[in-house]
Amino acid sequence: MSADTPLMKEPGADPSANPAVDGSELIRFDRVTKRFGANTVLDELDFSVASGKHVTLIGPSGSGKTTILRLLMTLTKPDEGTIKVNGEYLSHEERNGRLVPAGEKHVREVRKNIGMVFQQFNLFPNMKVLRNITEAPVTVLGLSRDAAEERARELLELVGLSEHVDKYPGQLSGGQQQRVAIARALAMRPQVLLLDEVTSALDPELVAGVLDVLRDIARTTDITMVCVTHEMNFARDISDQVLMFDAGRVLESGPPEQIFGDPEHARTREFLGAVR
Amino acid sequence: MNWDWSAVGDFMPHFWDGLLITLQALVLGSLISFALGLVWALLMRTPSRWVRWPVGVVTEFVRNTPLLVQLFFLFYVLPEWGLTLSAMTTGVVAIGLHYSTYTMQVYRAGIEGVPAGQWEAATALNLPVTRTWTAVILPQAIRRVVPALGNYVISMLKDTPMLMAITVLEMLGEARLFSQQNFQFTEPLTVIGVAFILISYPASLLMRALERRLVR
Repeated sequence: MSADTPLMKEPGADPSANPAVDGSELIRFDRVTKRFGANTVLDELDFSVASGKHVTLIGPSGSGKTTILRLLMTLTKPDEGTIKVNGEYLSHEERNGRLVPAGEKHVREVRKNIGMVFQQFNLFPNMKVLRNITEAPVTVLGLSRDAAEERARELLELVGLSEHVDKYPGQLSGGQQQRVAIARALAMRPQVLLLDEVTSALDPELVAGVLDVLRDIARTTDITMVCVTHEMNFARDISDQVLMFDAGRVLESGPPEQIFGDPEHARTREFLGAVR
Repeated sequence: MNWDWSAVGDFMPHFWDGLLITLQALVLGSLISFALGLVWALLMRTPSRWVRWPVGVVTEFVRNTPLLVQLFFLFYVLPEWGLTLSAMTTGVVAIGLHYSTYTMQVYRAGIEGVPAGQWEAATALNLPVTRTWTAVILPQAIRRVVPALGNYVISMLKDTPMLMAITVLEMLGEARLFSQQNFQFTEPLTVIGVAFILISYPASLLMRALERRLVR
């Protein structure tokens, strides 16, 4: 999706006409290994995500799910292997036919397509809600302030926070802050939205509001979602595919009915039994 | 010891001259130390150790040698190298430079106090590095360190009498000159002592109030 295309699906539009939803491979992990000291978090991981799909990563903590999102957001680099987004290497680039660590310019170009919502929201506390959302569209995408503000107001309406435009993040509840963070990520019109345990830091009564917003976005947009969550009902609702992780590898994957209804591995059954 | 109000009256015109010079030195010295300290703090964060190493050595050197020595050095040695500055300019530069090596540590603490999540959010939004600094990191870091910077301004105020050593007639210089000419020491020295307290005590109260408001 480019910066000019609308966020919402055109009703009746031919999905195959939009390159974002033609089902082609959008994300590809190729033998990716990531270690933290002696601890191997991802072990020669292979997996891919087709564009327009909603993929949920589940598994015990420490199984590498969040690391996958952080690798995709270029917050950390793989020790071995390659990651491609949209056919472009993420942390590498080709120079004279050889694969070398990517320069800042290349990383910024590929990163344009990716947005992320964090567990701790990470809103900018020194900016009002509106400017949190318009800052990057203006300075990175080059939108005019008016256009960015219009886009921000639309998104705030989508997440149900229109009346909070002029507040600072500190004046909002956790659930409201997280909805602003979702709007902020969407304002960049990413092809891929990464959701990193976005409800884990919230009081229980605020979780539903955030998940409803995400369900809405999953239903009404073409955005590819990669989601790490412990909310299994939510995962079942929005996912096209669920990947069960264990010890840095994909233990099994499939449509949610299969993973939640009839998992192949005892380890998966055990995990699902524990989180329910 | 006799207190002579007429001596106070005679001293006051000199006192106002001295106060003006003290405040000028304080304001200019503060501005230099705020700006230069930020430059040092940012240079210390560059990836290149060819930048960090010399900056570290110079600032460590300046911080660990006495301000008085630096004043004399700038005032008496620089002219031998062909650079002659007025006493006031030399004093302001020396104070600003000396205190910049303290403010740089204040800024560093402020910058390190900004949560990693702020950098990560800026990366996720693809903000350029300079924009991340100017729009996200520094506004948060500086807000937190305003009280600490203010406390250094108060310290600086109390160091301004050292400028007397290089012939700048700030408050203490005026008091000494008056005393030597009139053989009345008690009144002028008391007046400037009271003046220091009248400036620095309310200022420190203000910093404490700011600390409660800004540092959360």
